[in-house]
Amino acid sequence: MTTLKDTGAPPGTAENSAPLPRPAATPMARALNQALRDAMSADASVHVLGEDVGALGGVFRVTDGLAAEFGEDRCTDTPLAEAGILGTAVGMAMYGLRPVVEMQFDAFAYPAFEQVVSHVAKMRNRTRGALPLPLVVRMPYGGGIGGVEHHSDSSEAYYMATPGLHVVTPATVADAYGLLRAAIASDDPVVFLEPKRLYWSKDAWDPEEPDAVPPIGRAVVRRPGRDATLLTYGPSLPVCMAAAEEAVRADGWDLEVVDLRSLVPFDDETVCASVRRTGRAVVVHESSGFGGPGAEIAARVTERCFHHLAAPVLRVTGFDVPYPPPLLEHHHLPGAERVLDAVARLQWEQG
Amino acid sequence: MPGIEQSGTARDAAAPAAWRPGAAGPLRDPAPLLPDTAPVRVIGTPAAAGADPETARLLHRSLVRGRRFNEQATALARQGRLAVYPSSTGQEACQAVAAAVLRPGDWLFPTYRDTLAVHLRGVPAAQALALLRGGEHGGWDPRRWRTAPLCTPLATHLPHAVGLAHAARLRGDDVVALALVGDGGTSEGDFHEALTFAGVLRAPVVFLVQNNQFAISVPLARQNAAPSIAHKAVGYGVAGRLVDGNDVLAAHQVVGDAVARARGGAGPVLVEAVTYRIDPHTNADDPRRYRSDAERTAWRAHDPVGLAEDHLRAAGLLDEETAAAAAGAAERTAAEQRAAFPDTPPPGSPEDLFTHVYARPTAQLREQAAAARAGAAAAPREVPA
Repeated sequence: MTTLKDTGAPPGTAENSAPLPRPAATPMARALNQALRDAMSADASVHVLGEDVGALGGVFRVTDGLAAEFGEDRCTDTPLAEAGILGTAVGMAMYGLRPVVEMQFDAFAYPAFEQVVSHVAKMRNRTRGALPLPLVVRMPYGGGIGGVEHHSDSSEAYYMATPGLHVVTPATVADAYGLLRAAIASDDPVVFLEPKRLYWSKDAWDPEEPDAVPPIGRAVVRRPGRDATLLTYGPSLPVCMAAAEEAVRADGWDLEVVDLRSLVPFDDETVCASVRRTGRAVVVHESSGFGGPGAEIAARVTERCFHHLAAPVLRVTGFDVPYPPPLLEHHHLPGAERVLDAVARLQWEQG
Repeated sequence: MPGIEQSGTARDAAAPAAWRPGAAGPLRDPAPLLPDTAPVRVIGTPAAAGADPETARLLHRSLVRGRRFNEQATALARQGRLAVYPSSTGQEACQAVAAAVLRPGDWLFPTYRDTLAVHLRGVPAAQALALLRGGEHGGWDPRRWRTAPLCTPLATHLPHAVGLAHAARLRGDDVVALALVGDGGTSEGDFHEALTFAGVLRAPVVFLVQNNQFAISVPLARQNAAPSIAHKAVGYGVAGRLVDGNDVLAAHQVVGDAVARARGGAGPVLVEAVTYRIDPHTNADDPRRYRSDAERTAWRAHDPVGLAEDHLRAAGLLDEETAAAAAGAAERTAAEQRAAFPDTPPPGSPEDLFTHVYARPTAQLREQAAAARAGAAAAPREVPA
């Protein structure tokens, strides 16, 4: 599927269809939609704004139905200007509202970067706590959907490197709902990165009784294992889960998989407990490796777990190239095979 | 290309009716948005006779205080008691008007050159100048004073003013946001986006552009090819107004009308106030490299404080008592500034770096704060297995 901007849900998805028996297989996009709807119902100060979020329901349909239900003042189609959208949201938050901004795609958020770095991240600090900015910037990110140029960036490293932001990314349907509700409730600004190739991934999930999930800042062990730890997040979680299953079958390795969920704040405790237990670690993400999230994570793990490590912490990441065209992206994206190759290089013969 | 037979639709040389800005309202005609071709003036014109004496006295007093505020802050910067001071000398009329036209519930969005407007709005000098002292990035509680923090990245605060005004209107509150910006700032993308949003949302916001002729060293001719900065407004469906920014009565009238228009729901306004930055960009600048003494002298002859004095004198309002009251207020302001910054700033506490980054410091920041306190490396202690 090659897309430009308008990437609606593919035909045949359960989205927008009649309610299924509960708990039904629910796509992540639907859970995100429910989170917005529930937050807007619970708190009249929550406002959604962005490009095409109104009548269209967003190009990924995450805001579907919100303008109809809450009115155009609560779910507002804005001019096509990302700095203006986020700057306006900053002013709304200064007045006491809780804006939730949708950036249409990762790479289209860059015009708003100055607002993020110079104002969103700093307002609380420069006013010594007098003017917190409780706003959320939702951003579809990552590749794997066949998007043409500028539709597949993984920009998390820029936001991680900006003190004052929380950077959160769900990988499961339950987390998509729970973390977005937590992000909207947070008194700090949250960059909420939605893995766009997981928008249509489904889990059994009940919108009437959403699963309780750990708060922002906690990583979770998605698969316990004894031999090595895969540290990952967002779109790479399913890749790592598949790699772990394959490892058992092919090599007999029992891999632990940690879903970071939140890149800032970073859960050193859960990560290091796992690595100390297994003695080996591989960080897996789509974002480029050089100066990427994995560099920070590998350094933190090495600083804290050096004496427990049987091998250097390795990274499996996107290459240090501009995001490739859709027909080539499968060469770039870390897959289970590359993950297992890294696991194989964890100095087992000396262990 | 499909013909009539294929499409089954007859050609129509006339295009379907397209949407036009203001198609359903009064904005279709650009004339009401257009600024006058010459800046509005009051002092020295027949209109001066109609000026309210009490307003003129109050504005004059603000100008005298303002001039003294700029002199004192410049001196404090020379003495190292402020880290830097971008002076608004020559622009005091714009500063005084920005403070005077707002009600307590309205919001002011200042830049780094607008500490005088902030102080005239009521913020104590110690707080208004705290950022320029160098001990902190803010200084006052923005919600208490309804005054945003000083904005240094040019024009990036303009969309904030739009958003705040929009939010207030959504809540049904009677609030106008007034944002200050310079001529150079109007070249920034955020200026364009803020005006786009202001026009589309019809936010109760006023942009007051202090056109002081220079963006540090670059003159307006290299910054702008529009007939005037005020004309730029029209393209966004925003009313443009052009005023002599050194004529405090004219500026008060035009900016006051703009605020009233925004408050009344008639939409946003951009006011270009033509003025001149008499002092260097900051105390670290050397204006002899880019402008002539003759030019500065010519603007000195059109000084806002002097013009206001001329008006009061001509109107018979500048008696000894009025002059003494203004001078007394100015000296009290300067004394407040000196008392606020008695010496070079003390070194801050390391804890200060970490306290307000987040609502609650992260585990990482708690570690780093402890390390900073101890003067230690912020490295984790790793226990051998």
